Amino acid sequence: MWKLLKIELFKIFKRPRTYIAFGAIAAIVFLFQIALWFDGKTYIELILGNIDASFDFSDQFKTHLLNGYFVCFAVLNILLIQMPLLVALIAGDVIAGEANMGTLRLSLSKPVGRTQYLLGKFFASTIYTVLLLLFLAILALFGSMLLFGINDLVVFRSTSIHQMSQDDIFWRYLAAFGYAAVALTTVASLAFLLSVFADNSIGPIIATMSIVIVFTILSEMNIPLYDRTIKPYLFTTHMVAWKGFFYVRSNEEGATIKGSIENLPAILKSLSVLLIYIFLFVGSAIWIFRRKDILS
Amino acid sequence: MNLISMFIVFTKCRYCKFFFVTLSLLFYWANANAQTAEEILKKIKTKLGKIKDYEAEGKMKTNVAFIKAPVATVKVFYKEPDKILILNETGISFIPKGSVNININNIFVNMQAFDIIDAGKDNTGLRIIKLLPKDDTADIVLSTLYVDEKNLVVKKSKITTKENGTYELEMNYSKFLEYGLPDKVIFSFNTKDYKLPKGITLDYDDGSEKNPDKLKNKRGTVEINYKNYIINKGIDDKIFRR
Amino acid sequence: MADLIVVKDLSKHFNEIVAVEALSFSVPEGKIYGFLGQNGAGKSTTIRMLLTLISPSAGEIEIFGMNLKKHRKEILKRTGAIIETPDLYKYLSALENLRIFATLSDIKATQKRLMDQLEKVGLSERANSKVKTYSQGMKQRLGIAIALIHEPQLIILDEPMNGLDPQGIADIRNLILHLSRDLQKTILVSSHLLSEMELIADSMLIIDKGKKIVEGKMTELFAPSETIVELETSNPNEVYEKIQKTDLKTSMASRKGDTILFRVHRKDVPMLVKDLVKLDIEIISLSPKHSLENYFLSLTRENRHVETFKD
Repeated sequence: MWKLLKIELFKIFKRPRTYIAFGAIAAIVFLFQIALWFDGKTYIELILGNIDASFDFSDQFKTHLLNGYFVCFAVLNILLIQMPLLVALIAGDVIAGEANMGTLRLSLSKPVGRTQYLLGKFFASTIYTVLLLLFLAILALFGSMLLFGINDLVVFRSTSIHQMSQDDIFWRYLAAFGYAAVALTTVASLAFLLSVFADNSIGPIIATMSIVIVFTILSEMNIPLYDRTIKPYLFTTHMVAWKGFFYVRSNEEGATIKGSIENLPAILKSLSVLLIYIFLFVGSAIWIFRRKDILS
Repeated sequence: MNLISMFIVFTKCRYCKFFFVTLSLLFYWANANAQTAEEILKKIKTKLGKIKDYEAEGKMKTNVAFIKAPVATVKVFYKEPDKILILNETGISFIPKGSVNININNIFVNMQAFDIIDAGKDNTGLRIIKLLPKDDTADIVLSTLYVDEKNLVVKKSKITTKENGTYELEMNYSKFLEYGLPDKVIFSFNTKDYKLPKGITLDYDDGSEKNPDKLKNKRGTVEINYKNYIINKGIDDKIFRR
Repeated sequence: MADLIVVKDLSKHFNEIVAVEALSFSVPEGKIYGFLGQNGAGKSTTIRMLLTLISPSAGEIEIFGMNLKKHRKEILKRTGAIIETPDLYKYLSALENLRIFATLSDIKATQKRLMDQLEKVGLSERANSKVKTYSQGMKQRLGIAIALIHEPQLIILDEPMNGLDPQGIADIRNLILHLSRDLQKTILVSSHLLSEMELIADSMLIIDKGKKIVEGKMTELFAPSETIVELETSNPNEVYEKIQKTDLKTSMASRKGDTILFRVHRKDVPMLVKDLVKLDIEIISLSPKHSLENYFLSLTRENRHVETFKD
């Protein structure tokens, strides 16, 4: 398995398109950081607009609020919607691309089991996903910390505000990135499954993105019919659970309890849903691939 | 018996004389300590007037329904006659608007602008003094002070405004009583509903924001526990321009 | 000599389409076995079944005396293949491609071994060039290098000469002969180039519409008891009319332009000549056609000779 994994990673990182994803992430992060550097106050005023009448938001408050942790959170909010496309770009190509190139028939006429072959490709896609996230973490988190400094993190939910002390944040980001890796692996495994059916990678990539977009809209629409029926089962509903690491509990006096997570069981439940999806997608891909006639 | 007879009996009666003098003394003493509301306020003003400025350090707790914030270390700056600033120098604190009213001195700056009404005492023995602004256009509609006459400190105040509802201030005194400076201040205020514009963020629904009753509480409190005061050391006006 | 490949009643259906039906054949060890058939006859499907790329609908395959389904890995370790045009990773170099497939073939892909292999196929100087810069012939050679890197006993070549120039074709031919004659490899080769198959195959299998038409040694098939005789005449219509009225009509195989083909036993050729002379037919030329092409065409068009005469 290790040899297969090495081959797959070698192939992935030899392709120019792999670096498009890294380039795209770097561009988006930098653009966002630059925008906030020059006009972060406007962004903050938009968020604070609603409670501006009740509190005094001095320039110093806004400067402290616009710190590296806050910027990173804002970047993740945007990028973790775009990341699925970048992941699908590679994962959707792993089988379909080989079929398209004609190398699949040569590879499978070698003494390597189809399950092993497929798992090697899946693990390689997963490693790629993790590396992409690591790259994002370095730019979005460490980069923002360098540019904007660190301070308390204030997270604005739709109906509440959660503030954490600066010494209570870093571990949350580690947990969030870990969770995001699982979330993106879910997308990778969907693209992977669709790739088994196709002889051309465009189909699986577009299909994956379409599914993610439609499910995301259903997850966020707040229509009671969908909320009751399908929303709890959509993987996109659970992909955003990384944010749960930034929702804190407070004591009776309303003060944040350091090191707390508002609803850890909910996050763990979401995590298990994603793991089930990964298992289902990859399991199905293997089951289908083992029986598939290679005609390409 | 007519009055002349009574007077003759009184001058001849030893016990009556004693009784009369004691009674007179008591009456005089009672009258001497029954200060007017104005007098009390003047005395408090004089006491507080000794404080030209201070820089205080304390721990601030924010208790607002829709905010979860850690206890923060803050500094409170005051400079006479009416400059006050609560500042979290290194971190982030949600300072309510109207926090200027944390400084009780504001009321004493211009007492002529108010009609002072003595409203007696409450059931804890605090003297209730109401101040009605003479100017109808002022934002403050009514201020009610609950005064500890003996120590000459304001223990509680309620300030009703036109635009922002009622602010309440509760002060506990201990270490800094002689200066008229509180150890602990609890400031409560009105809050408007908080709702983020849709599209700014995609929330994770972990089931915790489905408690609308909790969020209906439209008052928040800020509690500051003062650790120390640095009094009359001189404070630059620049600090208040942040 | 033992049979290296034994196929029994192999069938493959794609929904309603029957690609291969009840095909049985054996490939003797150490020989070159030709696999012939028209486009769509089922050759590629059969080869893909031998390489486990397609699963059979029915039948059994034994290679090296082992059941293919049960001993897939062991069999494929000893098998090398080129399937249609060798498609490779164009964005990688020849060396990188070879290393990948060598690893998949479960051998230790040392630099020396890989370079030696490229040397054998004449690609060592372009080892580090990207495959997208290669000509068709170079890609074919690289494909051969990949097929042979793990020194397999059995080599399966599906249309190995496609797209090659005459020199390229000659190179492949010589390589196949070398592998068989000198290294005693067993080679199964399918091709449309019947003239080439004539030159190299020891035995062959002809299939049509998924079914076996004929199988056997070239020496037996190629000197058949039957032969094709081609008659060239200046008035084919008149000749045709005359032949229709005689017993000779049963010997007619096909007609094309000014020529009429007869299929007769070799010993009956003199009788045929006499009968044609008796009919007073103007003969421009009369020649037997012993080529594989004609034999192949005659077999695969057997069911269509009526349609041909209706032209």
